[in-house]
Amino acid sequence: MVLVPSATAKRFVWVGIFALMTAPAIGLFYLASTNQLGADPAKEIVDELGQWAIRLLIITLCASTFSRRLNIRVLLQHRRMLGLFALFYAVLHLLAVSTFILGWRVDLLIRELTERPYIMLGMASLLLLIPLGVTSTKGWQKRLGRRWSALHKLIYPATLLALLHLVMLIRASVLEVIIYTLLISALLMERLFRKRKLKKKGVV
Amino acid sequence: MLIGKPTKIPSSEITSESVYLSRRSLMKGLGALAGAASMPTYALTQPKSSDLPLYPGPEWLRSKIDSAKTTWSVDEELTPYDSVITYNNFYEFGLNKEDPYERAQNFKTDPWKVEILGEVERPGIYNLEDLLSKVDIEERIYRFRCVEAWSMVIPWLGFSLASLIKQLNPTSKAKYIEFVTLEDPDQMPGQRSLFSTIDWPYREGLRMDEAMHPLTILAVGVYGQAMPPQNGAPLRLVVPWKYGFKSIKSIVQIRFRETMPQNTWRLTASQEYGFYANVNPTVDHPRWSQATERRLPSSLFNPRIIDTQMFNGYEEVASLYAGMDLSKWY
Repeated sequence: MVLVPSATAKRFVWVGIFALMTAPAIGLFYLASTNQLGADPAKEIVDELGQWAIRLLIITLCASTFSRRLNIRVLLQHRRMLGLFALFYAVLHLLAVSTFILGWRVDLLIRELTERPYIMLGMASLLLLIPLGVTSTKGWQKRLGRRWSALHKLIYPATLLALLHLVMLIRASVLEVIIYTLLISALLMERLFRKRKLKKKGVV
Repeated sequence: MLIGKPTKIPSSEITSESVYLSRRSLMKGLGALAGAASMPTYALTQPKSSDLPLYPGPEWLRSKIDSAKTTWSVDEELTPYDSVITYNNFYEFGLNKEDPYERAQNFKTDPWKVEILGEVERPGIYNLEDLLSKVDIEERIYRFRCVEAWSMVIPWLGFSLASLIKQLNPTSKAKYIEFVTLEDPDQMPGQRSLFSTIDWPYREGLRMDEAMHPLTILAVGVYGQAMPPQNGAPLRLVVPWKYGFKSIKSIVQIRFRETMPQNTWRLTASQEYGFYANVNPTVDHPRWSQATERRLPSSLFNPRIIDTQMFNGYEEVASLYAGMDLSKWY
């Protein structure tokens, strides 16, 4: 048994995760270009890309929790990639809305951005994720030092804004939103609980 | 646009000779020959070749459909048959657009009973066949605009609601008409869902003058055949100048009322959906714009975003709402 994964094994896992993360986008593109998404692919693409952004934010938040509680490290080792994929899907989601729903009509784009609270929330969430993506490199991590981890706490408001954005879109079904809300709550609770425990011990 | 003056039908939509001939031989086989010589040229819209199921419907309806003529049309490309029968909002069968097609195929729509009640001289429970015995089926090609900002062009088969109302003789107290969809959780999985926010059964309503308008129909078929279950078989409303959710499906009850009835989407979210629900590009849904629509089927490289028209292009209904603030009465 290999206790310390070799560089090759780590590389292998990286490729595997990368492939898994790109699969939804490739799958969607394939289904859409072969007309398998039904009569209104626009709606389907926009929904799916947005949901994948939220799912990836949740998976990113799982990284440290899984490492702490379950001793599963693989997510933590690749957390940067997971976070970047969340941003990737959020950007694709915005591009899909602009292209397939609004047809790049500037008047409509401006109206949507200024008049619809749920769009503003979604946009705010995406804007918060952008600096995280930009500063995700090792270079930025060194340059920012302690401030880097403070900055990257923006993932919490970004995730909550994205969830709220989805909640406000509900028309009749609440199942997915309930699942996401439960998962995000559990992940946040775990952190709060840990923080309190550390405080009691006088660590923080 | 005038009633009785259909615009030209693209040759591609006209019944192919082989289908035409096989229909004729079928009719001969059934002995339905009386009056055949005086029958109009058969030109109802038919599905193009498709792997999807067809819906011939019960015998009594077939003979009515076979003598139907196109009385109303629009000069726009029809939405293909497969989109019309596989892309549906019918939450009784699930929340996804393909759910009704996938889950409604065994939905039992014949025999079917409709209860007529309220402010009317001839209340009672009618067999659909008897209720329709005196009406003539026509083909009406209408634009159909969903509140979700997509739209289709659909060749319905139906009859003017006014012709049925006149037969039933509502009393002078009848100011509104209310429709109720079947509630049958055994057949309708969506009604068993724990995650739906809808209070079943689905209900809708019209003001009497809207119900009597010649554009308003009760539809019993689409694309030259009986109504597929997923499209609201066997009897559904079609009000082309209103958002699609007004066009209630699988109707089992029609009630004439003195007061404005409730309607399901207004009950579910009254700040978003009103009683009137007229298509109106200047009054947005609180969460999305109604200025444009996606004409289906759209595709990745051709989203087909078009401007939404006032009253969905049926300007002749504007007088029904003269003096009303349509941003208040959305």
